[in-house]
Amino acid sequence: MMNRFTGYLGQAVFYAFAAALAGYFATRPVYRQVPADQAQIKLMIKHGGVRVEDCRKLTTQELSKLPTTARRPIDCSRERSPVTVLLSIDGEPIYQAELQPTGLSKDGPSKAYEKFLVPAGRHLVEVRLRDDVRDQDYKYEGRLDADLKPWQNLAVEFDAERGGFHFR
Amino acid sequence: MQKYTAPLRVLFDAAERLLSRFFPPEWNPLLNLGALGFFFYWIITASGIYVYIFFDTGVWQAYASVEYMTNDQWYAAGFMRSFHRYASDGLVIVMLLHMLREFSLGRFRGIRWFSWITGIPVLLFVYVAGITGYWLVWDKLAQYVAIVSTEWLDHLPFFGQSVAGNFLSPTSLESRFFTLMIFMHIAVPLIALIVLWLHLQRVTKPRINPPRGLAIGTGLSLFVLSAVYPAVSQAPANLAEVPGSVGLDWFYLGAYPLLENLSGPATWTSAVVALLVVAAIPWLPPMKKPAAAVVDLANCNGCSRCLNDCPYNAITMQMRSDGRPFEGEAVVDPDMCVACGICAGSCPTSTPFRRMSDLVPGIDLPDRTIADIRADVHAEAERLSGDVRIMVFGCKNAEVAATVRSNSVGVVSLNCTGQLPPSFIDYVISRRLAEGVVIAGCSENACYNRLGTKWTTARIEGSRDPFLRASVPRERLKTVWAGRLGARMLRAQITTFDAVLSALGPYRTRHQRVAAKTTREAADDE
Ligand code: HEM
Ligand code: SF4
Ligand code: SF4
Repeated sequence: MMNRFTGYLGQAVFYAFAAALAGYFATRPVYRQVPADQAQIKLMIKHGGVRVEDCRKLTTQELSKLPTTARRPIDCSRERSPVTVLLSIDGEPIYQAELQPTGLSKDGPSKAYEKFLVPAGRHLVEVRLRDDVRDQDYKYEGRLDADLKPWQNLAVEFDAERGGFHFR
Repeated sequence: MQKYTAPLRVLFDAAERLLSRFFPPEWNPLLNLGALGFFFYWIITASGIYVYIFFDTGVWQAYASVEYMTNDQWYAAGFMRSFHRYASDGLVIVMLLHMLREFSLGRFRGIRWFSWITGIPVLLFVYVAGITGYWLVWDKLAQYVAIVSTEWLDHLPFFGQSVAGNFLSPTSLESRFFTLMIFMHIAVPLIALIVLWLHLQRVTKPRINPPRGLAIGTGLSLFVLSAVYPAVSQAPANLAEVPGSVGLDWFYLGAYPLLENLSGPATWTSAVVALLVVAAIPWLPPMKKPAAAVVDLANCNGCSRCLNDCPYNAITMQMRSDGRPFEGEAVVDPDMCVACGICAGSCPTSTPFRRMSDLVPGIDLPDRTIADIRADVHAEAERLSGDVRIMVFGCKNAEVAATVRSNSVGVVSLNCTGQLPPSFIDYVISRRLAEGVVIAGCSENACYNRLGTKWTTARIEGSRDPFLRASVPRERLKTVWAGRLGARMLRAQITTFDAVLSALGPYRTRHQRVAAKTTREAADDE
């Protein structure tokens, strides 16, 4: 150890250095995640497609073969259709996907959660969805003529019960 | 494993030496990292309780209540908020350094796994506490944390509902989720405290309070930092906007940019692999378990010295089982014993002056007995020649001792310097087996067995049982805390010691000195 005074001085320098380091990295450097002239479109879908096969009435003969506890008059295959989605901006498709149903027996909903950056400004946002393999056309459609501000977050959510796509 | 720990140890040694130029040894922050962790923990708890009084726990009111603290009550609640934040940063910093330092010292191998493994959940809990804490402010940073955390969780298959869906747009926000965060922010640190209690179960006399000087210095720096650069919120959260640019707390959230930009499988796999590797470290590769200390009841008088000196809580005193009229007897728990031998060094019956056939101490290490050590002392003494012979007792964890062996320097290996009963020093000098004794161990304050260097010093100073007899000439004894990397230092110290011994000449007892003086005086008279 040196003399008392230099000792304390050295300690003070150490504490100042440690505090400065902690204080600095507690908020900086600032992390820039999205360029300042971009906006974001966030697409979220959770929707169960239509069943692949229609339900079928069992014949009495078929029923009698089943154990008594399992005798239900209607047989339904549980598998669901994949859900097909198409999102385009100003007529250009930027996302297109066939979302497979979840679950082991493919009976769960299809899901998507996607984010896209687009330059801020006016855009025509169109989104379409089809939930039945037997269909050719899109059953649901949403369209928004949006004026996106920089860093705006436009949520596009699908809710079949409330009629389809919602923009927020 | 030592290949990996050595470079870190060099760094820690250098940093410790640098700090020791200004700090008295007991105040050195690097020697008090665990204690500083507790210190920060208490500050966080106290300031947290204070801040909670003013915090409004509704998601819509939270931001405003925090703003109120910082702006309208900057002198009290605002200050506490800064304390709370910076002490949390301090906690992560000292925790990570503590973990690295324990790693560099190798105090995690084999039987010492317990402290290492219980440290891991504490590490995770501290992070969860910090992350949920940033969440509560509900500013832009909180929004960023919420989105990245939930998107990361959504990569896991367990959640039926998308967790990130809660933060899709302003209308999806619910206060229920927010309440969960508040609950976690309080519960997780409490659980961490319980695990910390476990963390210390296998170490004796853990340092959990920093010495006053260090506490004052640390507290003052927190105070000054909070005054000069108070913690403030960023802009309020708004789910209709992307948190495009945020000031991150890099200590807690440093990994967030990675979580956000790498794929879910990549980040989850690396996180799980990293966790598994850290958890497996004590057994990489598996270490042969050293034989635990064994008590020899016939020689144990129940004095408790071994219990007081064991650094790993491995000894208890139990009811006497052999009917002899002593208070109790020492019992070793082999699962906790690291075979340092410190207990054998403390036992009053471990003295080399006893006849060879008798040298079975009350407690001893089967793989390296006190009798072995005495036999080695004799074998080395036999070999030595010259006017100045030196006997080095070297801790095997500071392997450097073997490098100084020569015709005039004998080396006897110990499991820890604390294994050496002080009477051995007396023995070597008074029986003239060597002119001087050197004890070479781990760097000061970095004893592999935590307390070996400390007890050795105290025994020599005469402040802890068993004492080195006062009549043993201290100028013939040298302790060198050179550590594993200090071969050069040890050689240099031995050279200077050699010169000192040479000037002292051969050892003579007080009686002989008095006799010699009388003869000289008689000769002068004639
Ligand atoms: C806030 C977090 C922590 C605190 C407050 C803390 C505190 C402590 C304290 C007070 C000691 C006793 C030191 C002594 O007196 O020798 C200790 C020992 C130890 N800690 Fe921690 N610790 C924390 C986290 C961790 C973590 C994350 C790890 C590693 C994964 C860890 C690994 C160890 C080890 C291996 C020892 C044992 C030392 C030995 O066997 O000698 N600790 N800790
Ligand atoms: S130090 Fe020796 S005598 Fe004392 S309790 Fe321990 S084993 Fe027994
Ligand atoms: S050898 Fe070390 S850890 Fe084992 S009982 Fe003795 S002092 Fe304790």
